[in-house]
Amino acid sequence: MGLIFYFQQLINGIGLGCTYALVALGYALVFGVLNVLNMAHGDIFMIGAYVGLFAILFLGNSPILAILLSFTGTFILGMVMERLAIRPTRGTHLAPLITTIGVSIVLQNSIRITYGPEQHRMPVESAILSFGDITFPLILIINLVVSILLMVGLALAIRKTKMGKAIQAVAENAEIASAYGIDVNRVMMTTVGLASGLGGLAGVLLGMTLGSISPFIGINFGLKGLIILIVGGVGNIYGAMVTGVILGITEVFSVTFFSSVYRDVIAFIVLIIILLLKPTGLFGEKIRVK
Amino acid sequence: MFLDVQDMHVRYGSVEAIRGVSFTLMEKEVVTIIGANGAGKSTILKALMGINRLFSGTINTKFGGQIQNLPPHRISRLGLGYIPEGREILSRLTVEDNLAIGGYVLTDRQIFKQRLDYVYDKFPILKERRGQLGGTLSGGEQQMLAIGRALMLLPKILLMDEPSLGLAPLVVSLVFNIIKSFREEGYSILLIEQNAKKALQVSDRGYVLENGVFVAKDRCQNLLTNENIKKAYLGA
Repeated sequence: MGLIFYFQQLINGIGLGCTYALVALGYALVFGVLNVLNMAHGDIFMIGAYVGLFAILFLGNSPILAILLSFTGTFILGMVMERLAIRPTRGTHLAPLITTIGVSIVLQNSIRITYGPEQHRMPVESAILSFGDITFPLILIINLVVSILLMVGLALAIRKTKMGKAIQAVAENAEIASAYGIDVNRVMMTTVGLASGLGGLAGVLLGMTLGSISPFIGINFGLKGLIILIVGGVGNIYGAMVTGVILGITEVFSVTFFSSVYRDVIAFIVLIIILLLKPTGLFGEKIRVK
Repeated sequence: MFLDVQDMHVRYGSVEAIRGVSFTLMEKEVVTIIGANGAGKSTILKALMGINRLFSGTINTKFGGQIQNLPPHRISRLGLGYIPEGREILSRLTVEDNLAIGGYVLTDRQIFKQRLDYVYDKFPILKERRGQLGGTLSGGEQQMLAIGRALMLLPKILLMDEPSLGLAPLVVSLVFNIIKSFREEGYSILLIEQNAKKALQVSDRGYVLENGVFVAKDRCQNLLTNENIKKAYLGA
């Protein structure tokens, strides 16, 4: 159990953390732009994993194809959900909470009923990469590379592209954005689609890394994503990324040094300490209430 | 008629904020609506922009036909430039990005660049501050940015909601000078103001709004000398 082991654990932690970060990023985007807590996000994550599983079962063992399909599938799912379950509730605060919980129940049970409530194996080719004494499963590397590329890409796209600027404008003041020719409905639909795509992608990455999934993985990951959103500073995408990685590393090392029984205890102690030191969240700012 | 509003009614829930107002704006005319706080002035502008829905009534424009049922982004594309109360600068975007939002629908980079230069030419201070975040500008600079943002689409009508609100006296004069120069350039402007005297001095015609209805309308020089208006709004 030398340095190499700890290094491998650190990479494992970052991998898990990236999954958390991607999930939390979806919450942050939707909350930042639509002011809605998307309670179905965890189950969109789960659907992403299942789209990936079906892709691998029926279209061949290609992780990249599975990733692309689950991103596209959940992107569309997110846009449909925005149109049917979120847009009609615009202007109210509690209604979208309820409608998205409804979507969550529908998604979870549609997989449970059609495919069974048990754990499903995700048969991914698990090639091992070795760098001298250090070895990693290929899928972990794919997970890391895809997650990091996506997060950097998203941050850049929001700052530099026209759609990104429109998203920022709608997030700050939807009424004003619309008065200058921005189609707010389209921006919101795209945002939920993008957030869901990221969530679905996180689902398939996690499924491939762990090797098995169930219709209920969305509950745990959805909840953790929500907690990361708050600890990172509500609506702040950088906060979501950093906090996600912190949580992943903390969890992996609490298993390494103590026992898996204490994993959540230690992880949540760390998060609570962060909130005690900075109640607005890591990257949160005080906002004026109108 | 460039802009023709007939029998506009706007409700917030069961409260009727605008109770049947009709007004017109000719091409190259500056028209002002004055009235006390809460009379419903901003509501009228928001209804024109499609931000508030009309309960009943019609809004006709010469360049875009009837617009009362269109969403805000379509109305803005037709040629109504909105300068909101309190400026509403996007504080976390840079000055230039704020202008880019104003010109969001321009797909031709050449035209976009031309408009940007046009705005920078009008307000050189904005060019100096182009990379600064909108929230860090002074009140007067923010007002120029709000006006510049609306100019990006070369609107046919400028809708100005209380452009002098919350500004230092010197800056207030500056804002009214800008309106005067726009008038000389031939812009058509609908100006909403609490500062009745200054608004009437820069406009052609005025309407006086009280509790959601017009109680007077006339040419500005007549309103400025009308005894009742003087007592109620001009503090003389």
